[in-house]
Amino acid sequence: MKITFKLYATLQHLLPAHAVDNAVEVEVEKDISLHQVIDKFSVNRADAHLVLVNGRYFDCEGRDEPGVLVEGDVVAVWPPVAGG
Amino acid sequence: MAWTRQILRVNLTEGTCIAEPLNMDWANQYLGQRGLATRYLVEEVDPKVDALAPENKMIMATGPLTGTMASTGGRYSVITKSPLTGAVACSNSGGFFGAELKNAGWDMIIFEGKAASPMYLHIENESATLVDASDLWGKSCWETDELLHAKHQDPQIRVACVGRSAESGCLYSAIINDLHRAAGRSGVGTVMASKNLKAVSVRGTLGVGNIKDPARFMKSVKAGKKVLAENPVTGEGLPALGTQVLMNVINEVGAMPTRNMQEVQFEGASKISGEAMLEPRASDGKPNLTRNGGCFACTIACGRISTIDREHFSVKDKPQYWGNSGGLEYEAAWALGSDTGVDDLDALTYVNFICNEDGMDPISFGATVAAAMELYEKGVITTQHTGGMELKFGSAEALCWAVEQSATGEGFGADINLGSRRLCEKYGRPELSMTVKGQEFPAYDPRGIQGMGLTYATSNRGACHLRGYTVSSEILGVPEKTDPLTTDGKAGLVKAFQDATAAVDSAGLCIFTTFAWSLDDISPQIDAACDGDWSPERLVEVGERVWQLERDFNMKAGMTGADDTLPDRLLKDAAKTGPASGKVCELGNMLPEYYQLRGWSADGNLTAETRSKFGLPS
Repeated sequence: MKITFKLYATLQHLLPAHAVDNAVEVEVEKDISLHQVIDKFSVNRADAHLVLVNGRYFDCEGRDEPGVLVEGDVVAVWPPVAGG
Repeated sequence: MAWTRQILRVNLTEGTCIAEPLNMDWANQYLGQRGLATRYLVEEVDPKVDALAPENKMIMATGPLTGTMASTGGRYSVITKSPLTGAVACSNSGGFFGAELKNAGWDMIIFEGKAASPMYLHIENESATLVDASDLWGKSCWETDELLHAKHQDPQIRVACVGRSAESGCLYSAIINDLHRAAGRSGVGTVMASKNLKAVSVRGTLGVGNIKDPARFMKSVKAGKKVLAENPVTGEGLPALGTQVLMNVINEVGAMPTRNMQEVQFEGASKISGEAMLEPRASDGKPNLTRNGGCFACTIACGRISTIDREHFSVKDKPQYWGNSGGLEYEAAWALGSDTGVDDLDALTYVNFICNEDGMDPISFGATVAAAMELYEKGVITTQHTGGMELKFGSAEALCWAVEQSATGEGFGADINLGSRRLCEKYGRPELSMTVKGQEFPAYDPRGIQGMGLTYATSNRGACHLRGYTVSSEILGVPEKTDPLTTDGKAGLVKAFQDATAAVDSAGLCIFTTFAWSLDDISPQIDAACDGDWSPERLVEVGERVWQLERDFNMKAGMTGADDTLPDRLLKDAAKTGPASGKVCELGNMLPEYYQLRGWSADGNLTAETRSKFGLPS
């Protein structure tokens, strides 16, 4: 299935060159976990502080669970960030 | 130094500058800066005073750690009654001015009265003189800064001043120091100009002293800096992307106020984000961002120093704007960008430059233009009002035109300079003003971040993110993640953020340290610098006392619990997209519990018991 993967801030250099607006479409297995998605882009799991699926925060505890994503989901990842 | 124990009282009516001792009883209760200056304001100003009358006073105040080696210890605040809100105004700025003032030997300056003609105050250590400023009146902040440096032949003086917008009565004018740092919100610059005070220039060479335990202070300061350096937010994220890192985050979570808060996500967010500022542009291969920049003593250095594409329409024929300058910060980028629907990064950078050059708060300016754009699209404002300009959402041309109008107050600029509330009232559509207590919202839609709805509704200076930044917890997971879409526990969360923030604002430190520091990191630094015992618990108590005092001023000024609310758009019109889709801000679920935690009556008044608990003046 296809999902969209977004990577931001000090992690954005890990995106492939064809990424547009910090996003790439990627083909993944249906039973993939969030950690496995993150691994595909060589993001250190400890750096993936803010993980959003369709804009909603996804807790650390569930990131090893398989099959949490469906076709068309948008996964967005940030390291620890803040501003104001 | 900790407190210099000396304040400067400048009577502009009489033309006098008189030193007097700092009230140390109040310093022990309110610490410094925000809290201590508010205590002076409460003592000396009738809360019902016309904010632009000579009877209002304006205080520039440092904190005990301002001018020390504590990281970020360079802050000062401007405290007065706001002409925009009618509430207490307290605007905090970085740069180098505050530290210079402290190094000249002053904890604060109280300005009272009104000069008969334009003046500026020049300080060289203990010497303070009011000087004729006829030649500066009518000049921008940038020209004023340059002229004062040339006049005094001293590259090291620091200047805080107002621009042409304040002179023309713009109600959201800022005080600009060091060219691009601002005491930005609530119209503190408007008050300064109303006193015929154009600028304050200061040179301080007295150095650091008066620290209670210098060895312990340096040890705790060093420990604090280590925490900031090793934290991924303050050590890496903020220097690299600045506050603008939030643009994509807040849009993704569906809390990006867009087109006068009609929507919660902006399709052009990625084009005006911190990431976009790093992208090389087509014309010259250079990115918008030149480098980061730090304020006095800051070891975070989140500031953005940027350039505009010389080929961009806004500056093509204006080489004076080809150099680099301050911005964009997230709050400016949001208000000038998504709220007006403009996704042109160079246009936003130009508009931000002009806001700095002539001293406008870019949040209030952008949000007011957004309201004007909605009025235009609804046919209420027409090209007859604007002199032909089509004030459509998404028009970078209209935005750049509007900022030039606002800078001088000419033409339609006089309407924009009213701020959103008065503009919408003037055109008979008050419900379109996205304000609380008359002040425009910052960059977080409370339908998507529920706690921020309570923060805004109860903020003592009107809609503001810097009075209790629960975004940190609700979205960013600092220090702990909470659910942004629920109201459970938010009353306590908001109160805790508000009290801690008031303490930090009273110390002379930057609130951004709290992304890494808790009060356990801050307390040893204050405790080693200042006489007395400054435990984390005492700092929380001070913070809450400051909050109660500000609230008391506002209630005496005529506000009531009914002012603790949000525009109907946020309470009744559900978000249309994103995670908050279908949700409104459930303020009513949080407010009663908040009042209870504050020790206020059900209608929001301070009880006698609460007044007594915090030793508030009668």
